Amino acid sequence: MINASVVIPGETQPRLAMTAESIDLLRALWRTHGPLMFHQSGGCCDGSSPMCFAAGEFVTGASDVLLGVFDIAPEGQPEQPIEFWMSVEQFAYWSHTFLTVDVVKGRGSGFSLEAPEGVRFLIRSTLMETAEPFS
Amino acid sequence: MTIYAAPGTPESLMTFKPRYENWIGGEWVAPVKGQYFENLSPVNGRPFTEVARGTAEDIELALDAAHKAAPAWGKTSTTERAAVLHKIADVIDANLEMLAVAESWDNGKPIREPLNADLPLAADHFRYFAAAIRAQEGHFAEMDGDMTAYHYKEPLGVVGQIIPWNFPILMAVWKLAPALAAGNAVVLKPAEQTPASILVLIELIGDILPPGVLNIVNGFGVEAGKPLASSPRIRKIAFTGETTTGRLILQYASANIIPATLELGGKSPNMFFEDVADRDDAYYDKAQEGFALFAFNQGEVCTSPSRALIQKSIYDSFLGDAVERTSRAIQGNPLDTATQVGAQASNDQLEKILSYIDIGQQEGAKLALGGERVDLGGDLSGGFYVQPTIFEGHNKMRLFQEEIFGPVVAVTSFDDYADGISIANDTLYGLGAGVWSRNGNIAYRAGRDLQAGRVWINNYHAYPAGAAFGGYKSSGIGRENSALALDHYQQTKNLLVSYSENALGFF
Repeated sequence: MINASVVIPGETQPRLAMTAESIDLLRALWRTHGPLMFHQSGGCCDGSSPMCFAAGEFVTGASDVLLGVFDIAPEGQPEQPIEFWMSVEQFAYWSHTFLTVDVVKGRGSGFSLEAPEGVRFLIRSTLMETAEPFS
Repeated sequence: MTIYAAPGTPESLMTFKPRYENWIGGEWVAPVKGQYFENLSPVNGRPFTEVARGTAEDIELALDAAHKAAPAWGKTSTTERAAVLHKIADVIDANLEMLAVAESWDNGKPIREPLNADLPLAADHFRYFAAAIRAQEGHFAEMDGDMTAYHYKEPLGVVGQIIPWNFPILMAVWKLAPALAAGNAVVLKPAEQTPASILVLIELIGDILPPGVLNIVNGFGVEAGKPLASSPRIRKIAFTGETTTGRLILQYASANIIPATLELGGKSPNMFFEDVADRDDAYYDKAQEGFALFAFNQGEVCTSPSRALIQKSIYDSFLGDAVERTSRAIQGNPLDTATQVGAQASNDQLEKILSYIDIGQQEGAKLALGGERVDLGGDLSGGFYVQPTIFEGHNKMRLFQEEIFGPVVAVTSFDDYADGISIANDTLYGLGAGVWSRNGNIAYRAGRDLQAGRVWINNYHAYPAGAAFGGYKSSGIGRENSALALDHYQQTKNLLVSYSENALGFF
């Protein structure tokens, strides 16, 4: 399990983690597709799933927030940074939860890179201790 | 009650082929790279056929076929196209039970739904657009005594369509019927979770359409959907799915300067005003059923009424009755006509629903019903079943803000009209909404104040072909169904004609 870096100004705790299975899968995807990124989806069908793309494939902008950056490189190896993005409007409802990127068997749709492997990235959520969601 | 035999068994109405290729140019065409993927049935979690794992090369072949067919198809008379659509509708009607078994097996939905809703609606949508295209008229306007502007509707040409897995045949038809009626050729990419039933349909209707007018390429989103959505050879892309892919598709469409219609889901509020409980009568029973419809199609509906808002004065009694009613929902073998709740469409969908039940409990939502995976035992043991689940909580909880796409409803109360509308509209989405009131004035005002493209008043989950469907806010762009859908598949040609014999006199 690894945590993502803290990137939101003023924050001191990571918002994201990733399971060992996810790291292995992402290293394999990186070998095939090169540098990677995540954008958290919402809405129907495969909504709520984190979508994994080649870095830069999905254009982020002012309507998105960067939640953290993972480094999936093995100890002592050159960095393999993976940014994790979410839309600003969705973050307004998600900001009190800590997100863990996991992987399960399945067949997600959308254009996420892992689908052909017969697996799907999945978000598991826990409440953040310091969050005050229902002010 | 009837239990239909599983596909492939001796008594079954249908048998899937062991393998399906792509449908291109009016015939089965093997995928260029020769790869296939296993298709699982959510009913028992086991594979039942193999489907082409299409890639960019197959999309190109399909686009070749579509471009070859589009000019002639676009020039056919509306009479001819309408006749073709009617023939397709007749074939669906004639094969209704067989197609229903295929749909249920591919998707996991209880068979009473495709028998009574998905497939009769699919046939009706073809008939509706057959009628709509024949009734469509251009218009003209007189600019002045010598000049008239004539407006004609013309097909776009070749269009791409990406279909979701919750109503594999009906959602394909929602997109196909207006596109074909308007004279376009189509390259269609079904969902990888449910690629098979539409191929059973194309086997039946394939020879009704001229070759190349409808092409179906299966495969994974990144391998087949993306090359289609990003192709400079389509004049329009239509997509139903989630927001990140929706944005990506808009991005590709912007690169090609083509229109995109998007249906991206919702978190639909279902509002019950206090007068609903004035009497314990047929209407009250109808409203109770309106609540329980969150479990319809296992909650795998973009407009699932997954947020129930109950006015405080009747909250305890109405919810108590609703929990009791929902607890009687029959979950079981999807091929049994008595079954009301079937299987979720895939394992990852099941896992996602369970992850939401988990975060709901962490956030302090109170579980009023369900909340567990179900093992139906025997042959169905490996299937993807979840109990209808009712949570009570607060609209800021994630349970209330995200489309779980499972049989899970999040319930809260509201004080008065203003509070109710405020909670209902406190969401990123605006696809569907429900209003239940015996007072026509309240119902009307709420219907107008709710920021959603479809507001059901004193009913829910009806999808007649003539009613426009589409989203406000992050739920998408464009409308499906109703004659409005034709606009998304047509260009407007203006002939500006001068009937004057005289020079303008400018130069």
